[in-house]
Amino acid sequence: MQDLLYFFQQLINGLTIGSAYALIAIGYTMVYGIIGMINFAHGEIYMIGAYTALITITGLATLGVAWLPLVLIIALICAMIVSSSMGWAVERIAYRPVRGRHRLIPLISAIGMSIFLQNYVHLAQGSRNIGFPALIEGGFQFGSGDAFQTSISYMQITIFVTTLICMTLLSLFISRSRTGRACRAVSQDIGMASLLGIDTNRIIAATFVIGAALAAVAGLLLGMYYGSIDPLFGFIAGLKAFTAAVLGGIGSIPGAMLGGLILGVSESMTSGYLSGEYKDVVSFGLLILILLFKPTGLLGKPEVEKI
Amino acid sequence: MATQNLRHALFCAVVTLVISYPILGLNLEAWGTNVVLTGANTTTVISVLLAAVAVFLFQLFRDRIMGTLGKLPPISPFANREPMPQAKWERLKSAFLTLLIIAGLIWPFVASRGAVDLSTLVLIYIMLALGLNVVVGLAGLLDLGYVAFYAVGAYTFALLSQYFGVSFWLALPIGALLAATFGFLLGFPVLRLRGDYLAIVTLGFGEIIRILLNNWTQLTGGPNGIGGIPDPTLFGMEFGRRVREEGNTSFHETFGIAYSSEHKVIFLYLIALVLAVITALVIRRLMRMPVGRAWEALREDEIAARSLGLSRTAVKLSAFTIGAFFAGFAGTVFASKQGFISPESFVFLESAIILAIVVLGGMGSQIGVILAAIAVTILPELAREFSEYRMLIFGAAMVLMMVWRPQGLMPMRRTHIELKKQE
Repeated sequence: MQDLLYFFQQLINGLTIGSAYALIAIGYTMVYGIIGMINFAHGEIYMIGAYTALITITGLATLGVAWLPLVLIIALICAMIVSSSMGWAVERIAYRPVRGRHRLIPLISAIGMSIFLQNYVHLAQGSRNIGFPALIEGGFQFGSGDAFQTSISYMQITIFVTTLICMTLLSLFISRSRTGRACRAVSQDIGMASLLGIDTNRIIAATFVIGAALAAVAGLLLGMYYGSIDPLFGFIAGLKAFTAAVLGGIGSIPGAMLGGLILGVSESMTSGYLSGEYKDVVSFGLLILILLFKPTGLLGKPEVEKI
Repeated sequence: MATQNLRHALFCAVVTLVISYPILGLNLEAWGTNVVLTGANTTTVISVLLAAVAVFLFQLFRDRIMGTLGKLPPISPFANREPMPQAKWERLKSAFLTLLIIAGLIWPFVASRGAVDLSTLVLIYIMLALGLNVVVGLAGLLDLGYVAFYAVGAYTFALLSQYFGVSFWLALPIGALLAATFGFLLGFPVLRLRGDYLAIVTLGFGEIIRILLNNWTQLTGGPNGIGGIPDPTLFGMEFGRRVREEGNTSFHETFGIAYSSEHKVIFLYLIALVLAVITALVIRRLMRMPVGRAWEALREDEIAARSLGLSRTAVKLSAFTIGAFFAGFAGTVFASKQGFISPESFVFLESAIILAIVVLGGMGSQIGVILAAIAVTILPELAREFSEYRMLIFGAAMVLMMVWRPQGLMPMRRTHIELKKQE
């Protein structure tokens, strides 16, 4: 019984982190699905989202706004606006001019952008990590008396529910709206889509904006969950989310969700049963193994190389 | 058209404000357990506003500005000249390299101790960049975990000297070979992957090595690192004031000169110089051998190269292994120079710096890479007050380079045959 409760605790922690990873992974997978490049700076956009959210929350506290839902919603909106503008600007400055060149060129440009953004925040906000107030406290407890208790905090529920809402909205947007249809068309065949009158530049910019907005949501949620942020906090999270995207099959949106959940659970199982220090090793190892044995991921389509 | 332009310009200006004001203009500060928000000073706010205005004006008159810029005469008088004939270029290049080496030999005897120490670091970066140049520039494999092989070289020497008392000269080939073995073992499975996946896998590998070094405390000392790494000896002569090992003599006593701590620094510099020259020469030869041509062929067009009978795995693996070998070299010298190593020295940023050197210098071009290594290492030291902006500038330079001049500052020139002009 004890073991089972412990196991459930790890499972819940894993699902929480995993669903936030999935939110970040969407940005990688959508961009890759459309222009076939790894947006290396995506982790930094997520970090900037977290910073903006913290700035907004602190600012609102100074102004005396205390009603929690209002604070969270304003913080969320501000973070999404700043992050999506950042995503748009990054695409415009660093990616659009090099689109269609040799594969390595956009990737190096993206790495440069990632280093730039990391240091931009580092110089502006300092390198120390800053405490993120835990706005949502409390939770449910399972299990009896003095034995091990499985707990689900309200924070975890919030993360899970928010992710679920975002994913549902995204799926509806992709499958129903005009822009969503154009997104799918562009990802299938960019040349044909532009022949049929779709403004491909606009659609590509839109995918960057959507990905960045979801990353900002994840930034707010994970910032609150971990309780502190620093300028380097996007780097590892970005790598994890990329792993999640590859795990699920890069280019596939349901794959990113599945990959995020699997990665989160395997990570929390490692830190629960082995050692917390090696959880990064496990996720990178997982990434390497997947790329070696099933590069298309769980739900991805095989890519045919044409001459 | 005009209204559309105006709208676009306004939009760009607003985006500039949105992405810069919250981060630059509002600073988070920790006061005990509380976080407070302070406004930045007026200069920052004014520069943010000015930046937005500049973006607005540029976007508004973009077509006209670009048009005028295009009509201006080229800034460099060499922009439109004919490429230099190959024979002349080759002569110039070897003359330049010889001069560089001679200057390098004289340097430690005229420069100050600190300058020589810095130059040793420059030479280490030259070795690393030349090695990575084989992998990224010639073979076109983006390796983001290059620093892992550097770490293998450094830790091999540190551990061997700590547990078995192995000297620098024995550890140098062992470290390099071990790094090459790591490169081979990693390369074997991952080289089947496509370019960008390869980049991520090597990045993951680099992180794994660093995490292992950090956590395997019994062996590597974890975050505390390993200290007391011995200096290299010259035919059994040590450079310390007192002899550390039985049977060795010390350098200053043998030659009957006064002890000076500078001897050791100069000696290390000369070792690094010799090794860097060896690295450059070996890679220069390799580039002209069939294997070097094969690297480039595979980079340019993999399918065509394979259909001409090149083995993809063998060619890529050789590039990867050779790159790792020289990283191991550099790592051993680094460990010996520092006397102390910890996982802190082998973070991803280090890989990014080496990559930036290769990219700025011109992928594939040896002279370009050497000059870039010198510039990238020395410039932050000269402009101390800008040193915190170093990485910011690197990042921006990498992006700008890819956008405007992806071939680098000194692009590689391929050896080719020229037809004789008919009289």
